[in-house]
Amino acid sequence: MADLSKVVVTSSPHIRHEDNTQQIMLDVIIALMPALAIAIYVFGLRALVVTLVSAAGCVFFEWLYQMLMKKPVTIADLSAVVTGILLAYCLPVSAPLWMVLIGDAFAIVIVKQLFGGIGKNFMNPALSARAFLMGFPVIMTTWPAIRTKLPLFSTPDVVSTATPLAALKNGVMPDATITDMALGMVGGCLGEVSALALLAGGLYLLSRKVITLHTPVAYLATVALISFLFPHGNGRVEFMLAELCSGGLMLGAIFMATDYSTSPVTKKGQVIFGIGCGLLTMFIRFFGSMPEGVSYSILVMNSTVFLIEKATRPRKYGYVAPPKAKKTKEGGAAK
Amino acid sequence: MAYTFHGGTHPDDKKAATNKKAIEPMKAPEQVVLPVSMHIGAPAKPVVQKGDHVYMGQLIAEASGNVSANVHATVSGTVAAVEPRPHPNGTQVLAVVIDNDFKDEPDPSLHPLSMEAMTPEQMTEVVKEAGIVGHGGATFPTHVKIQSAIGKVDTLIINGAECEPYITSDHRILLEQTQDVIDGIKILIKILGVQNGKLAIEENKADVFPVVEKLLPQDGSIQLCRLKTKYPQGAEKQLIYAITHREVPSGKLPADAGCAVFNVDTAAAIARKFKTGMNDIRRIVTVSGSAIASPKNLEVRVGTPIGQVIEAAGGFREDPNKILMGGPMMGVAQFDLTAPIFKGTNAILAFCEDEAKGAKVPSCIRCGRCVDACPMRLMPTYLYLYQQKGNLEACEKYDALDCIECGACTYVCPGKLPLVQGIRSAKQQILSARRK
Repeated sequence: MADLSKVVVTSSPHIRHEDNTQQIMLDVIIALMPALAIAIYVFGLRALVVTLVSAAGCVFFEWLYQMLMKKPVTIADLSAVVTGILLAYCLPVSAPLWMVLIGDAFAIVIVKQLFGGIGKNFMNPALSARAFLMGFPVIMTTWPAIRTKLPLFSTPDVVSTATPLAALKNGVMPDATITDMALGMVGGCLGEVSALALLAGGLYLLSRKVITLHTPVAYLATVALISFLFPHGNGRVEFMLAELCSGGLMLGAIFMATDYSTSPVTKKGQVIFGIGCGLLTMFIRFFGSMPEGVSYSILVMNSTVFLIEKATRPRKYGYVAPPKAKKTKEGGAAK
Repeated sequence: MAYTFHGGTHPDDKKAATNKKAIEPMKAPEQVVLPVSMHIGAPAKPVVQKGDHVYMGQLIAEASGNVSANVHATVSGTVAAVEPRPHPNGTQVLAVVIDNDFKDEPDPSLHPLSMEAMTPEQMTEVVKEAGIVGHGGATFPTHVKIQSAIGKVDTLIINGAECEPYITSDHRILLEQTQDVIDGIKILIKILGVQNGKLAIEENKADVFPVVEKLLPQDGSIQLCRLKTKYPQGAEKQLIYAITHREVPSGKLPADAGCAVFNVDTAAAIARKFKTGMNDIRRIVTVSGSAIASPKNLEVRVGTPIGQVIEAAGGFREDPNKILMGGPMMGVAQFDLTAPIFKGTNAILAFCEDEAKGAKVPSCIRCGRCVDACPMRLMPTYLYLYQQKGNLEACEKYDALDCIECGACTYVCPGKLPLVQGIRSAKQQILSARRK
């Protein structure tokens, strides 16, 4: 008879799907690569340096926190790398590296780990860090012109150029053509400039079943509808396309609003979440004091996730409605 | 359009190892161990003593109470002991142990029965005498199910979904014992007084459809339904929804949705009782998995020790890391190979490696895959996290008790959380608190 000493007894199920957290995060990283390629083309190698520093910074702070707090170190799940890349993507490429690292520390320690680590944070770490770094308003709103030579490590001294979004804010169509905006040949934050590169990443995530269409489509469709109905400047379609391709919308709709931790687990909830993000984004773009509204609208919607999930809890199989309480003459409910 | 249900998942079905292999009769063992509990409900009461001679098919333990089932000798020979023995559920259960005399002398009182002159009640009594229990794995006494369904149901469903990976016993029964299955359905139609029976089979058993279609009665009293291949399509509630679009009300029985569901081999066992008089004494068991030398489908006497069934399939190819009775999604891990095959055993699987290894630090990343996969539309991640925090009230509010423990949530979880395991323990805690 065979040796049974290795036999383990556990409760069912006894098989598992091969997908794991690390694989999912790796897929997100892969999906972010087309945008990085465009960023390097548009802003030079400094874009790569900022992204690498930010990713390394996030991994370092996660490791440091978990070591100091004597928790199991989970940097191998790659979620910190994703946060680092996303934070870099929503900063101007001219941002000094020390500032990037401050953002990393805030994202990982304050927003993610203090709430319990992966899956427990209720706000998107990268977007929260971006909001925090708005404490450096000049740096955060200085967008270097495209195809200018920037120093790799030292802080560049640049003059800001107008982004398409700023033009839209002022009620005029941007100078850049829609093609330039879609390709990313415009000013803006590091990873947000090319709508097409981000869309390509989104398609990859869809094909890998990392995300579903619910959130991005609800978000983008809401923005498209509102900008089509209430165009500024000339031409509904041009305005709509300009709104869709400008600012952090694609980055936000495909990579930020789909963040597992900070978006609803129910499909219906994801649609509501996407619509909410779209409405808030357009509200801020139309009426806010700043040109961009993507990051704040996602952060606001992050804080509603628990309520959305409660409201969109699936109706269970075999649900039986509880008998309605009959009203009595006294006004109270009779049992 | 194939029939299907909401949620579920698609594990690799792994059936190719045995689905082309014809059922081989396995030689009866020298000794059979027949627990008095091979069904859900009260244990049967032994009616034989050590030293008694028994015939094959003779009653050795009698149903006691409303929900219980008879147990019969599966070989002829001498009762060696009536004592507690290892049961596949991991405990020691009173069992009748019989030394085989290898004569296979059938009980002379058993003879074929004609259902023509019988009332539904008399036919139910025959099913009860035969000790037939649900062969799909749940082992609910079949006559009790019939009694609760007579007059209440309009739809008879025969479950040939076999949605668990690896298992091909129902597949082979449908191919090789098709007439028994069809005759069993006819009997059930008559007992329940329904218009027709719906034989539901998953699409991955493509070779079954032409074979069954040829033997279907001309009057249309049996309909063949193609089910989409998806786990857990064979779960009773999901099958009822797929076929009828009705939902079994929470906490109620299939009969409350007008449905009665029987496994294909249960139907075949009923037919055999009427045709030959023989009671429920044999099982078709798929023996498969990476640690099995020669995977096959075996016809096995109930009471044969697991170890001997594995030997009959060539033994272990490598030292096993896990041995299961049943499928990989809902089967029970085994550690004592002297425990017997019982009436609900559809498979014995053995694996070289534990394929359910989790992560070092399991954590929920809130991807929502468990919510999408849950065929009961529950929120497994909420249930698990509340259970971990000891908040049973919240578990109850989020319908832990509706969980059918299919394991789809744990299967899909990329964070490798033991979701269904947590929900299972929440259910037990809630139920034991209620009993107090």
